[in-house]
Order: sequence, then structure tokens, then C-alpha cells
Amino acid sequence: MGDAEIIPIGTRGRPGRGTGTTPSSAARGLAPGGRPPADRSTGRPTAPRATQDGAHDGWVDEESIGGPRPVEDTAPAAPDAATADSGPEPAAPASEAPDADDAGTATSGTTTADRHPLGAVSPAELMAALTSAAKEVLGPDWEDELARLLAFVRRRLTGDYAVDEYGFDPEVTERFFLTALRPMASKWFRIEVRGIENIPTDSGALIVSNHSGTLPWDGLMTMVTVHDHTGRFVRPLGADLVFRTPLVAQLARMGGATLACSEDADRMLAGGELVGVWPEGFKGLGKPYSERYKLQRFGRGGFVSAALRTRTPIVPLSVVGAEEIYPMLSSMPTLARILGVPYFPVTPLFPWLGPLGMVPLPSKWLMEFGEPVRTDELEEGAADDPMLVFDVTDQVRESIQQTLYRLLMERRSVFGS
Amino acid sequence: MGRVVLVTGVSRDLGRRFARSLASDPEVDRVIGVDVVPPRGDVGAVSFVRVDIRNPVIAKVIAKEDVDTVVHMSVIATPGTAGGRHTMKELNVIGTMQLLAACQRARTVQRLVVKSTTTVYGASPRDPAMFTEDMQPRRAPRSGYAKDVAEIEGYVRGFARRRPDVGVLTLRCANVVGPHVASPITSYLRLPVVPTVLGYDPRMQFLHEDDLFRVLRLGAVGDERGRATGTVNVAGDGVVVLSQALRRLGRPMVPMPGFAVGRLGQVLRSAHVADFSPEQLAFLTYGRGVDTTRMREVLGFEPGFSTEDALADFGSTLSPTLDAVLAPAQAGAQQALDALGRLVPAGGTRG
Repeated sequence: MGDAEIIPIGTRGRPGRGTGTTPSSAARGLAPGGRPPADRSTGRPTAPRATQDGAHDGWVDEESIGGPRPVEDTAPAAPDAATADSGPEPAAPASEAPDADDAGTATSGTTTADRHPLGAVSPAELMAALTSAAKEVLGPDWEDELARLLAFVRRRLTGDYAVDEYGFDPEVTERFFLTALRPMASKWFRIEVRGIENIPTDSGALIVSNHSGTLPWDGLMTMVTVHDHTGRFVRPLGADLVFRTPLVAQLARMGGATLACSEDADRMLAGGELVGVWPEGFKGLGKPYSERYKLQRFGRGGFVSAALRTRTPIVPLSVVGAEEIYPMLSSMPTLARILGVPYFPVTPLFPWLGPLGMVPLPSKWLMEFGEPVRTDELEEGAADDPMLVFDVTDQVRESIQQTLYRLLMERRSVFGS
Repeated sequence: MGRVVLVTGVSRDLGRRFARSLASDPEVDRVIGVDVVPPRGDVGAVSFVRVDIRNPVIAKVIAKEDVDTVVHMSVIATPGTAGGRHTMKELNVIGTMQLLAACQRARTVQRLVVKSTTTVYGASPRDPAMFTEDMQPRRAPRSGYAKDVAEIEGYVRGFARRRPDVGVLTLRCANVVGPHVASPITSYLRLPVVPTVLGYDPRMQFLHEDDLFRVLRLGAVGDERGRATGTVNVAGDGVVVLSQALRRLGRPMVPMPGFAVGRLGQVLRSAHVADFSPEQLAFLTYGRGVDTTRMREVLGFEPGFSTEDALADFGSTLSPTLDAVLAPAQAGAQQALDALGRLVPAGGTRG
């Protein structure tokens, strides 16, 4: 009984200050052969005395770091601890000293660790929380998903992936670009697709589309839509401005684009790719809002020659809705010339709202893939007949224009569903 | 019938090693290596003749030795080794002119193989993805190595017209890499921290040094298919982008605007660490790819190393810069993952 009362005084009434690796001062005092109580230490050798001092010093340091609050805490806690100890302990120190030792280290709820904000959270609970969070984010088979994600990150960091000869990186396009753009297609523009069956499932084809909307959102949305419905990647042909602009050049090549020139078009079509081309170019992209849905000149018909040379079908695509995402009021030709860009758009929101003005308006989009124009029935050398090339170009252009008018008639409102 | 082969540019490593391997070929009687300065390494059975190809003496060598095959490898890419751009141009262009003039006189010459480079295609945002042999650069090169090579190819074509009985083969080789190659691109990739042009990720093709020797040998003394004439692109299969190549080599990259890379290149050039010529900077910005259909169909050559393999072989001799940083981080991540793995079942059952 005498021992039990004295030990709490040595630790200011706290049963133990153990770190888990070494026994607490209280436990050491209770253990047989350990540090004796303070009143008996006078007759003992000095070595245990030194350890007690060391422990005491350490305790003072911790207390001073912890600030005055813990001291106040310990003051009312001291009688509690004393009374609590006085209950079970009368027998303990005398007979079951090893048990007391265990208790001293095991009562982690009252060590200094509980002053840490995370002290009360056990690793297992933390793990359980992380597990449920992972389930929430990655779905029920989150372990496989996480493993796949980590493998993906590792491959990207070590360069262990393949790009094709145009610099196309299918992995990053599918996992990153298309995933990021998909909500835009389904939630923002609510794209309605028609005639997707006109896209061949495995052979080369040339998708020819109208171009509008100041920024080439229609191209990106075509890529997402075609990939989601057919699983194929559209390989866009871009102007040389795209490949001259830093960052855009890198992302375009990564996303599968290449330069709109006859060599690349021939090569891609001959390789069985699904090539996307927007023959209006900047004339279509940067036309004022008042000229919406009026097709501009279709370049020089180079895309038709490419399709004729490689005998691949031409799929006309009409996109309704992209004209309204940035209604362009003026193109500021002088400023554009200074900046070296084809046009500098002024819309009701841009540049007045700054970056916020670059958010496209949520118009409702319709995409219709038309009947493919077949080129394999034409005789050899058809690509060298300029009149035939012009005829096919006009046929495609007319088909897209008529579909646009029809879709506009069907559309009930610009922004409504 | 044994052959007598004249190889120019043997003072440099690639030329010397090619000449040496050719000399050990049973089909070849003699190999004569010529250059302005003696080769630094072992040339084996090659008889070295110290002669400046800018000098008509080369004609005497060809006539005296009854040379029937000429392999022209002394087109140099960097002014650094020659001592200035002016000397480099002299060596490249005037040297080739003299050599071709000598070959035209020599009745014994039956075959000429010129090692050219894909640099002649230039690099610009208006390039097609893959150049075929009949494509021209979008903008004619106006300076440096690319202009030299374009002029050399012009003289070679002129020679082929004047001597239709000589089989002339021009090999446009992609960037040659390998454990022993010293070239602008290898010194660039060997930098401990590699500056790249911000916002661009150029496509690149590589040719392994062993494949270069094989294709030169095929062109010089190969069988019937190797007797092909004309211009042929030579490159390993596949394409890598620069960021990917640097990650594979374990080289950290520092993207910076193009003009800053150019300025840094000048500093590095004056420190003789790496060479950034304007055409090299254009290549590091826009990249380039060449079509190798003709290499397979006309020349019948199959590279032993793809672009990726060549890069890996080159990288095997490099000590990755990132290892010092990456290894502890990787070990730490592995430990954390292991700990996570141990905790997962416990957490799973409790949660």
C-alpha cells in the first residue's frame, strides 16, 4: 500500500509516460528490481538514481514544450489517478508486479500520445477510412483499379510506353484527354448522335465536318463522341499554326493529330486510320455569329484527293450547336495581325470576363454522320482529274449544308434539351 | 574477286571502326583509310594514307591503288572538331567536290556510298510526319550542317549523272546512337540535366551504330540487293518522343522557352559540353521522322535495333542522373506500399 501511494507522486499522478519501447517510470518502479520508490532510494546505489533523474528531466522538457495546459490537467488528474490506483493496486505491486508492468505500457490511452490530434486514431481505423474512400472513388474493385493506376504512373515515369510515328499516345489520350472531355460532351453540350453506323468499324475513312465555334471544341467533341460510340480514335488533321504553338503542338501530337498535308493524310488513310478533317479551317472557325451555319469554301479539295488516292470513303459530319458556344461579334483583324493569330474573338463574354469568358456557352449539340461517299468505284487516277475532285468536294459540302439546315429546323431551342 | 575499298573520314571513331570491320571481311582485299589527321585508335588491317581530300592528291591515291569502291564518311556535323564553321564547310563541301572529281577520273571506281543524314529534311512545324526520300525540306537549309549536306547531295547527284556506270548510293541515316558514339545528339542526351524546349515534344528516330556499319557494308560490298542505287533513308523502327527518351535514360529534363535553350546551347558550346546548332534546336523543337520503306524494299536492309532498342543500348552505358534521387524515393515508396499491403486486410476486416 505504501508503494502504491508513493509511485504516483514520482510521476505527478500519471500512471506512466512510456513510449512503448521502454517501460514507463511507474512501471519501472513497480517491476521487481526496478527503480525503487523515492523514499527508499537514499540507501541505494547511484546508478538507478541517475536514470530516474534522466526520466524526470525528459518529462520536464516535454511538459515545457506542451505548454502550461497539461500541467493544469495533471493537477486535477493526480487525485483521480491516486484514487484509481488505490483501488486495484494494493495487491498488485506486492504479488503481481509483471502484470503491473504490462498494464503500464498497455494503457496507451493516457500517455503523451493522446495529446497529438491523431493520437486517438489507430492505424487500422485510418486504413479502414482510406479503404472506404478508395471504394467510393475507384469502385468496388478498387484494389485492381489502384494497382492499374500505380502501374500507369510507373510506366509514365519510366517512359515505358509506345507512341506511333505521328507521336500519338493512345494510353494518355484514352485515360486522360477523353476522360476529361467526356463530361463536356455528355453533361455540358448534351450531344445527340445520329448515323454513327456510317463510320466503318475497322477500315480507313475520312470524316469531313463543318467547323465553327472560335475554339475547336467541335473537333474535340467529335473525337470523344466517335471513341465512345465506336471505340475508334479520330486522327485529326490540324493547321500548321497548331504545330507551331507551344504546348498546343505537344498536346495535339499526343492526342493523335498531325499536320493537314497530303502526305500525312495519304499515309494515315492508307494505314487504315479514321481521319478527321475540317476543310473550312480558320475561315469556318472564326466566322462571325451572323454567318452561323453557312459553310465556307472547302479549301482546295485536298482532302478529297487524299480519299480518292487511298480509295477510302468520305463520311460527312454535320455539327449543330458549336456555332453558339462563343458567339463572335468581332474578330479584331488589326489586333489579330499584331498577335499573329488568324482572328481575335470578341464575344459577349470575352475578353470582358477574362478567363471566365472562355467558358463555352452550354448549347445543345446535334451530330449527324451522313451516308458515306464511296470512292472505290471511281477509276484509277481519279485524284488527278481536277474536275472530278471539285465535283466530289461540292457533293460533300452540299450534303453537310443540307443536313445542317434540316437539323436546325428540328432543333427546338439553342440551349434547351 | 577481291575488292579495294577507300574509306574517307577514318580519323573519327565511326569511320575508323567501320574501316576496321571492313578490313576483316573476307570479300574485301584491301581497305584504304584516308583522313587529314591519323586515327586515334587501332585501325587493324586498314592501310592509312594521310591525305587531305580537299587536295588533288586523293586522285593519285585512287588511281594507284585501283580503288573500286569509295565510302564517303567524312561529312562532319559539328564545327567543334574541325576548328570553326569555315573549316567545317571547306572539309565537307570542297572535300566532297575533290573526292567526286577524283572518282570521275578514275575508271576503276564502280561504286560510291555516301553517308548522309536525315538532317537534310530540316525540322519545322509544316513538316509531314514521315519524310520519304522524294520529299524536299519545307524550307531549304540556309546554314550549317544541313546546308553542307544538301550541297554534298547535290554534287553526288551530279556525279551520278556524269558517271552512270558507277552505282551511287546515298544513305540518309537517322541520328546514330550507341555506347561509343560522340555526336551532337548523344552529347545532348548525356547531359546530366537536359534542357528541353517548353511546350514541344519532338519525335525522334535513332539508328544503332552496329546497324550503321551493317548498312554501310551492305551498300559497299553487299550482294545484288545491296547494289541498289539512289537515296535511301535508314533508321531504326518506331519513334520515341524526347520526354519519353529522357525518362528511359533516367535524365531529368528542364523545359525552358526555345530562345533560352538556344542561349544555353551557346554557353554549353563555348564550354565544349554540347553543341546546339540552329538546326539542332529546330530538331529539338519540332522533331522529325523518316519513312524507311525504301530501306527494306530497295536495299533489303533490316535494322537489328529498333529506335527503342538503340536508345536502351545507348542508355546502358549511361549512369542515370535520377538514380541518386530516385532510388531512396523508390525504396521508400516500396516500403510504404508493403506497409499498406500488411494493413489492408486488418483495415478491411475491421472496417
